[in-house]
Amino acid sequence: MARRTPVAHTITATVAAWIVGFVIFFPILWMVITSFKTELEAFNTPPSFLFFHWTTENYATVQERSNYLHHALNSIIIAGGSTLVAMVIAIPAAWSMAFVPSRRTRDILLWILSTKMMPAVGVLVPIYLIFRDLALLDTRIGLLGILCLSNLPIVVWMLFTYFKEIPKDILEASRMDGATIGRELVYVLTPMAVPGIASTILLNVILAWNEAFWTLNLSTSEAAPLTVFIASYSSPEGLFWAKLSAASTLAIAPILVLGWFTQRQLVRGLTFGAVK
Amino acid sequence: MATQQGRTLGRLMLSPTIILLFIWMIVPLAMTIYFSTLNYNLLNPGMENFAGLDNYYYFLTDPSFLAAFRNTLVLVGSVLAITVVFGILIALLLDQPILGRNVVRLMVIGPFFIMPTVSALVWKNLLMHPVSGLFAWIATSIGLQPIDWFAEAPMLAIILIVSWQWLPFATLILLTALQSLDAEQREAAEMDGARSLSTFLYITLPHLARPITVVILIETIFLLSVFADIFVTTGGGPGLQTTNIAFLIYSQALMHYDVGTASAGGLVAVVIANILAFFLVRIVGRNLEA
Repeated sequence: MARRTPVAHTITATVAAWIVGFVIFFPILWMVITSFKTELEAFNTPPSFLFFHWTTENYATVQERSNYLHHALNSIIIAGGSTLVAMVIAIPAAWSMAFVPSRRTRDILLWILSTKMMPAVGVLVPIYLIFRDLALLDTRIGLLGILCLSNLPIVVWMLFTYFKEIPKDILEASRMDGATIGRELVYVLTPMAVPGIASTILLNVILAWNEAFWTLNLSTSEAAPLTVFIASYSSPEGLFWAKLSAASTLAIAPILVLGWFTQRQLVRGLTFGAVK
Repeated sequence: MATQQGRTLGRLMLSPTIILLFIWMIVPLAMTIYFSTLNYNLLNPGMENFAGLDNYYYFLTDPSFLAAFRNTLVLVGSVLAITVVFGILIALLLDQPILGRNVVRLMVIGPFFIMPTVSALVWKNLLMHPVSGLFAWIATSIGLQPIDWFAEAPMLAIILIVSWQWLPFATLILLTALQSLDAEQREAAEMDGARSLSTFLYITLPHLARPITVVILIETIFLLSVFADIFVTTGGGPGLQTTNIAFLIYSQALMHYDVGTASAGGLVAVVIANILAFFLVRIVGRNLEA
């Protein structure tokens, strides 16, 4: 039996929580507001919060002057592509560890996890030299491969924790009914695995979209995704706040929406199942 | 009860992952180890020669390593302290009966999805700019001298930005853990006359011990290699004030083209991370009944 909570308590907690939420979210909100100001207005003190001349010119300028779409396309190809390749490699692996475990499965899983612990900077030099010698610097395919490998451990782990929850009895039952392994895969297991696979894809796209070590070090212009494109606004001549804000808003909007949908899976994916 | 055929199939399905990860781990690492024993500068190609452990000696005794090491400790330690303490407080708050809890949770989790280059530049310019930034305006309106963040307290600025990015992670994990705490257990304690402080100390906090450990370990692994935020705001400066180990290795490799020293530094980073990873893997392993 839940006790009734006093009204005063609810009100205090609600007010406090909304204030905290607003403060944490404020920088994002402020960035979005600034993206609709003119450059002059963006620099104004005191700043105007809502009552200024709202304009969308920054969004147009960002595309015209700096080819935003080109970098957005790079981000989509790199994040999407690396996720797809990782899924193709990881689904069979996670599948076999969840359904045909052997004595070494536990050790293999922990070893996979430990590969994720390797700091990227520790292998920056060889990766950079390999990329230089294979002419992969500033190519989408190179970044796609690197991000795929660096996220593969998380992908395998997430899929494994989902697959593990699929009841094994159902396999026995379908086998009794005379289903072949192929039919079993298509008609019984796949439908049950879809939610887990979908969450894994979403989380991995988010991680790859926001990755900012390899992308900054291995690409400059041709293959540069949005992380690198935004970084170009750090140079002194690029300090146009309204345009920086517009470009940033465009860069984060899709992933923020995806992220909000996956917040539950986020905990699971990023803690390797240690917290559910 | 897997059949022989099933086991073979299982091994076949598993092997691409293992082979790829093995290559991904072993090849660059072996190259790093090899380079770390060479005098090797990209500006003098063909002049590589064996240097023994000289690179390690240079890297570890270089004052910039000490500075970077200290900066890394300060950065990781402060961000951990801020995110864990505030993470607990906010998680406790969000665990209360709240009208519109889902909306509040969306707002709190938001910063985690912002790419580091965006959050660093938005904070640096829109918020922390000494003249036109919002913080400067707030300071002036309450009669204080605005702070020139990146000149006077660059490390503090970086710490604030990175903490903002990681606070949602800590909060979300601790909130998830709190919600799994049995409400009955807490009520029983309250019925027995336990005050809310002692409920917190003796029931809630012990329950959070494990998730807190997980948060600390995972954040540490990511925080040791904070790079993009420094790259777009301070470039490691002024001087070495915001150079952490990751940034130091980057600057030795891709700004000074000193492959030998950067590789030695890279290995030092690998060793530090592995010590931490050891503990994380043990915690996760204990939780895994495979």
